[in-house]
Amino acid sequence: MDIFLNVLLILIQSIALLVALLVFIAYILLADRKVWAAVQLRRGPNVVGPFGLFQSFADLLKFVLKEPVVPSSANKGVFLLAPLVTCFLALAAWAVIPIADGWAIADINVGILYVFAISSLGVYGVIMGGWASNSKYPFLGALRSAAQMVSYEVSIGFVIITVLLVVGSLNLSDIVRAQDTAAGIFGWYWLPLFPMFVVFFISALAETNRPPFDLPEAESELVAGFMTEYASTPYLLFMLGEYVAIMTMCALTTILFMGGWLSPIPFAPFTWIPGVIWFVAKMCLVFFMFAMVKAFVPRYRYDQLMRLGWKVFLPISLVMVVVVAAVLQFTGWAGQGVG
Amino acid sequence: MILPSLFFYLFASVTVASALMVISSKNPVHSVLFLILAFVNAAGLFMLMGAEFLAMILIVVYVGAVAVLFMFVTMMLDVDFAELRDGFLQYLPVGVLVGLVMLCELVFVLGAWGAAGSMAKTVAKAPIPTDVTNAEALGRVLYTDHVLLFQAAGLVLLTAMVGAIVLTLRERRAGVKRQDIATQVARGPATAIEVVKVKPGQGLGERGAS
Repeated sequence: MDIFLNVLLILIQSIALLVALLVFIAYILLADRKVWAAVQLRRGPNVVGPFGLFQSFADLLKFVLKEPVVPSSANKGVFLLAPLVTCFLALAAWAVIPIADGWAIADINVGILYVFAISSLGVYGVIMGGWASNSKYPFLGALRSAAQMVSYEVSIGFVIITVLLVVGSLNLSDIVRAQDTAAGIFGWYWLPLFPMFVVFFISALAETNRPPFDLPEAESELVAGFMTEYASTPYLLFMLGEYVAIMTMCALTTILFMGGWLSPIPFAPFTWIPGVIWFVAKMCLVFFMFAMVKAFVPRYRYDQLMRLGWKVFLPISLVMVVVVAAVLQFTGWAGQGVG
Repeated sequence: MILPSLFFYLFASVTVASALMVISSKNPVHSVLFLILAFVNAAGLFMLMGAEFLAMILIVVYVGAVAVLFMFVTMMLDVDFAELRDGFLQYLPVGVLVGLVMLCELVFVLGAWGAAGSMAKTVAKAPIPTDVTNAEALGRVLYTDHVLLFQAAGLVLLTAMVGAIVLTLRERRAGVKRQDIATQVARGPATAIEVVKVKPGQGLGERGAS
């Protein structure tokens, strides 16, 4: 009976996290549009509900009630599988993310590798969708995104390695705990590893196909890239998967560089605030930066994107791995973390 | 424990079934997709055996990178399936031969292993430490006891990479214009703009043409 109780508990936790995450994403979507609008001196969605607060739910209703169109020449199985893959994989990454001390559904030892693996699988949804549509624009979008996501994964991997070197553990909760020092916000890794923080942030934009790296769906060249042939619920799943992946990257930035659930000022009234609130606040801050970048940076050209990934970020992150390892080895900071 | 064995049979049967589909499906892209499914399920099997690091690396490296390239290539290939199937009988003898050799080798390996009654012995040779995690255990031996082999493997891969690049590198014709990011960034008002007083009716003359 113990096993079944455990399974039931995990099931309840998963559903609670899922619901919270989806509601959060509904408002993140709205925030994205509002920030974008504010930068361009528009109002953004403001009709459905007060200040447009119910806009995302109205959109959801619209997407679900529309007719799903499957092109007659499409490879139907793969065509419908692609958005499901994108959405499921993006949601699966949240199983290991600790949103507060001990608040992870699965606090596994290789947590960071798990998130990395899952986010590297995200490219399949895009490739499958682009190929199965059997149409030129989606196919070009899929090819672009395959190359883009694989390229930026490399530098993300190296950034993660530098953080792991400092922490000495692959467990996400341990990474946060290693940043718990008396220095508070200045003890988090964004300060000592600042170059890596910048590289990670920009690579996260590229990995999730956010502007200015949204070449797979560049509307001025490819209509909507790999999503061109999709309508209604399949399209909704693609978009949902994309935003969940963005949130995962925000959470990962928070955990790796911004102290996860820790309070920025490590004494009394601030440490009373529950960790989950700090975590969500930090995630919102990172997402605000994502949204601002979308609003005021023009889209990269494809060769510039590849150049940035392979000729700038890869050497920088490679050198930083060596430098950080050398510093840790020769100054005796190694093993200061949990591991 | 009933749950692990349940998951074992789930992962194992899906692995075998998708491996069969890899060689029997008619569309090469479907084959690659089934290959990916087989990889993921194999990672699940590793996970059940407690090799969590290996499972994650399998997904990151094989599924996340290698299979993407497979898919990349098969998507762009324009394969004539009818022609492929015509050659089936032609290649059958060679295929059967290779398959038989592999089967024999497998039987030998498993037979020798079983005959020595060494299931217990092999496991005893490498006691599984319970207090260290996978990644830690690997890290302890990879860069100490096996550092030469590890570096040699790295060198082989580097050589292969250099070789692949050299093979595909072509000399471009002269006169290809390339973007030089450094000069573009270094451009400022002083180097980009020239203020000229133009006299009415005379134009810029030589400078205007440049």
